[in-house]
Amino acid sequence: MYLFGDPTVWLPVTFAALMGFSILIYVILDGFDLGVGVLFPFADGAEKDRMIASIGPFWDANETWLVLAIGLLLVAFPTAHGAILTALYLPVAVMLIGLILRGVAFEFRAKAPAPHKRAWNTAFFTGSLMTSLSQGFMLGLYIMGLQYTWATVAFAGVTAVFLTVGYSFIGATWLIIKTDEALQLKAVQWAKGGIWGIVLGLSAISLASPLVSPRIFDKWFSFPEAILLAPMPLMSAALIALLWLALKRLPTRDDSFAWFPFAASIVLFTLAFFGLAYSFYPYVVPEQLTIYEAASAPESLFIILIGTCFVLPTILGYTALAYTVFRGKATELRYD
Amino acid sequence: MDTLLLSRIQFGANISFHILFPTITIALGWVLLYFKLRFNFSNDMKWMEAYRFWVKVFALSFAMGVVSGITMSFQFGTNWPGFMETVGNIAGPLLAYEVLTAFFLEAVFLGIMLFGFSRVPGWLHTLATFLVAFGTTMSAFWILVLNSWMHTPAGFEMRDGVAHATDWFAIIFNPSMPYRLAHMLLASGLTVAFLIAGLSAFRWLIGDRSAGVRTTLRTGLTLGAMLIPVQIFMGDLHGLNTLEYQPQKVAAMEGNWETGPNVPLLLFAIPDEEARANRFEVAIPNGASLILTHDPDGVVPGLNDFVAEDGTALHPPVAPVFYSFRIMVGTGMAMLLLSWAAVGLMIYKRRGVDGLPKPLLWGLVPMAFSGWVATLAGWYTTEIGRQPWLVQGVMTTEQAVADVPAPMVASTLIAYLVVYALLLTAYIGVLFYLARKATKGEPIRPRVPPSGEAIVAAE
Repeated sequence: MYLFGDPTVWLPVTFAALMGFSILIYVILDGFDLGVGVLFPFADGAEKDRMIASIGPFWDANETWLVLAIGLLLVAFPTAHGAILTALYLPVAVMLIGLILRGVAFEFRAKAPAPHKRAWNTAFFTGSLMTSLSQGFMLGLYIMGLQYTWATVAFAGVTAVFLTVGYSFIGATWLIIKTDEALQLKAVQWAKGGIWGIVLGLSAISLASPLVSPRIFDKWFSFPEAILLAPMPLMSAALIALLWLALKRLPTRDDSFAWFPFAASIVLFTLAFFGLAYSFYPYVVPEQLTIYEAASAPESLFIILIGTCFVLPTILGYTALAYTVFRGKATELRYD
Repeated sequence: MDTLLLSRIQFGANISFHILFPTITIALGWVLLYFKLRFNFSNDMKWMEAYRFWVKVFALSFAMGVVSGITMSFQFGTNWPGFMETVGNIAGPLLAYEVLTAFFLEAVFLGIMLFGFSRVPGWLHTLATFLVAFGTTMSAFWILVLNSWMHTPAGFEMRDGVAHATDWFAIIFNPSMPYRLAHMLLASGLTVAFLIAGLSAFRWLIGDRSAGVRTTLRTGLTLGAMLIPVQIFMGDLHGLNTLEYQPQKVAAMEGNWETGPNVPLLLFAIPDEEARANRFEVAIPNGASLILTHDPDGVVPGLNDFVAEDGTALHPPVAPVFYSFRIMVGTGMAMLLLSWAAVGLMIYKRRGVDGLPKPLLWGLVPMAFSGWVATLAGWYTTEIGRQPWLVQGVMTTEQAVADVPAPMVASTLIAYLVVYALLLTAYIGVLFYLARKATKGEPIRPRVPPSGEAIVAAE
């Protein structure tokens, strides 16, 4: 436990990093399959089946990252877990009902009598939308320090819309990889439409968070941090420009570079995530509770960490196996 | 209603809805592995038919379990922050191990199990089926470790009002864990046995005479007949364990007010907590003493021993515990009668499932969900029986509740209830729809290499 010095310092940092890692993976992985759900109304019947087929084998494991992230918050920072979730009581309930609806709609739309399929398609879309919007709303409220005023709720409303557009963007880039022909063309159009959401969303959060908190302002705009951090926004801008160029040329005849928009979105999401993590460290409840104050007892954290060191690489390994087994263009999902 | 009661109803509703589906998937995973292995060794298509039908039920139940389970993990924070603040050092690692060793395993390999049949080698598909079953069981293990610890806490010390772990072995193998785990795993086995038997009986009654339905009907009935005596024995052991560690719960289960020998077994009564007595008792003399101490003169604890000097009850509310216990035992008896009658007839008439009379088959159809009834009643007995404690002797339920306004809890409670009612109706409806569709002879499709052309979602 004293491997890396004081366990009340390195254990909270390690767990904050693990939790951040899970949130990031969740946002990317469930981001694309939530996005596919948000794009559902724009597709016709056969396309809907194919869109489902592109995420069918993965969505369940993708959502497990949310359980891990919230589980790590729960076990490593129990007081923060209570403070954050009671403050976000209603949006959490909306998200949970959304997750329930879309999760079961996957199964029901394929198994229920044919006339009910339309209703389950609607449930899938509605659930995906509720989940995306409420997550964006929670993100905005978190940035605003978990305070409810007209201004913070309005800002959270804005981030709700932008995160949803962001998810639909990464969903569209996933479909560019997993589909071909007419649906792939459509997906390129959807991605082109969604890229503005990314630009506006990133700008809104980048502008708002330093304005809300002088502490965050100082972290970004004092010397020499401002110069050291400059590559982050510059890289994001360059990536967005490249994405735009790529989307204009896609799909290519031999399907080369179909992977690029998805890969670029992962990098964009990652950059945005590190920006937020840098802004809020060392706080887990903004401006109220640091990770050191909120952490569980070191001996409890240590016993979780031991398991994590063995299990997490295994999880990543078999997740990679699943993505390899179901690589390539999405084909019919069937049990035989 | 106040926030505490509303939060309790909300948690109760969520966890009741949730447990229905793991109860099915825990054992159904192993049954599917059994079907798959029988097919691997015999190449008999009837095992594949059985597998294909029940894997659909598994997929649907699994999805219901996952989404309702996510709800649970958030409710700790939204409604019960005090729980993790006080015992987080113990509950945290146990929950973390559940996510790490079980959730990912089942979620990832479920994809391969469901959709990978023609994409991966046969051995990998069988392995995926095994890992999914193993994952669901691991998940049950960890959550029952935590739940048992809440009933019989061990291996910890309190420092400044917060529990700190001192002995992880004692925490994991706490006194009630082996009994509770075995009781729950058997409950899952019985739930699945009767679900398979009930739905197969339904298919038989509407005219299905396929080899697949014969196989599943026989498998379900045999499994049920084998497990029910084991479960009754296990339940008795669990009861004795509860008598040792939570006597007030046993007193409520028996509806026994005064500690003493020669306590009768109440078949029926209306416990009256105001009068601290029972009305309309129907009893077997010395029964409770005999069951709990294996001696007619054995002393059984009474509820009046658990009253504070100022008159507040330190025992659980009597009526709900008393009734749910009887519902559980009654359902178990019905399972015993029906499954033994069926298996007895199959052996006696030597005609297999063809020898089963129609009334018995019709009786099996509603029994498809008897496992749910017994499981829920059992959980109500043990969980309400722990009240007013959340963690026995460590913290009360009231101490853990969040300071969320009551109307807010009420509104989310109503939303959850509406969603759950709709989903439960849809779930049961789809089970019978799948059964009818299978009866109409849904052709077993030949194995073909996946094509990039035809796109239909899995049925």
